Amino acid sequence: MGLEEKIPSGFLLSTVEALAGWGRKNSVWPATFGLACCAMELMTAGSPTYDLARFGMERASATPRQADLMIVAGRVSQKMAPVLRQIYDQMAEPKWVIAMGVCASSGGMFNNYAIVQGVDHVVPVDIYLPGCPPRPEMLMDAIVKLHDKIQNTKFGAHRAKQIDELEKRALRSLPLIQQGAS
Amino acid sequence: MGFTDWLNPVKGFGVTFHHMFKKPLTVQYPEEKRPTAPRFHGRHQLNRWPDGLEKCVGCELCAWACPADAIFVEGADNTEDARFSPGERYGRTYQINYLRCILCGLCIEACPTRALTMTNEYELADDSRESLIYTKEMLLAPLGPGMETPPHPMRLGETEEDYYRLGRNNG
Repeated sequence: MGLEEKIPSGFLLSTVEALAGWGRKNSVWPATFGLACCAMELMTAGSPTYDLARFGMERASATPRQADLMIVAGRVSQKMAPVLRQIYDQMAEPKWVIAMGVCASSGGMFNNYAIVQGVDHVVPVDIYLPGCPPRPEMLMDAIVKLHDKIQNTKFGAHRAKQIDELEKRALRSLPLIQQGAS
Repeated sequence: MGFTDWLNPVKGFGVTFHHMFKKPLTVQYPEEKRPTAPRFHGRHQLNRWPDGLEKCVGCELCAWACPADAIFVEGADNTEDARFSPGERYGRTYQINYLRCILCGLCIEACPTRALTMTNEYELADDSRESLIYTKEMLLAPLGPGMETPPHPMRLGETEEDYYRLGRNNG
């Protein structure tokens, strides 16, 4: 990314993290990727009743180059997957992805050969949002949770440590059934 | 073309100006939440009898009705020492995958004991696939007054008939 990645860890880095996190979370510009019925709820979320502009994201950009957040709204077919990836690659760092609706999150009720069984097969997803389609409040809830994640993003040395830790935890974790869940 | 044409833009801006005095419609969502419709299809809940026993009998009809195959149930037999539900069987494992569930409510219609119902809770977003598979502990209704954590014997009335009669009136 930029200069903020090069600061040595310590008091200064923590301050920069908090400041940059605050700045980033309050101006997340979405690249809307409306593919199906979820796009209707996505548009409603931008309407005066729900007003996404309150979160600093009134400008839903049609160009991925000026977007920070991709909201994948709807089912992704196998043919759409390369397009999705290309749009994600065109977005500038830092970037985030919300998988909106069950189809984008895991394939949902379309468990067949035509639909990608979750967009996390193609792009890294930050927030999964269930619902079919999720109501605008659910989307805003996901956005608030994403804000929380952005605010707590680490930089530089802290970031490397965090990634390492998450990786280790993911490697150790067992499937639900083996964890003794009922 | 008339003499009053210059008034048209004034009229137009009048609409804009008029709206400045109207109350804004926006619901300030995370701070103030509008209640959902009373029969809104939200997160599921596994209900209990008034004495705390589970209503679920592990019949798997919900899993069969589910169009998205989101529900996983595994029943087990109740024994005299460990009774989780009235009747023969109980749901030992009960999982709903909210990344598959489309909240259609067919499972609710299929449930013969009204064990499975839906709540109005809708804030489900999370950041991993695993955390969105809700297990039985997460889905079970909290213990109300007079309820006791299973396993325990049936506590309502003397006979089985009494149990269901009392349970229906109080539950």
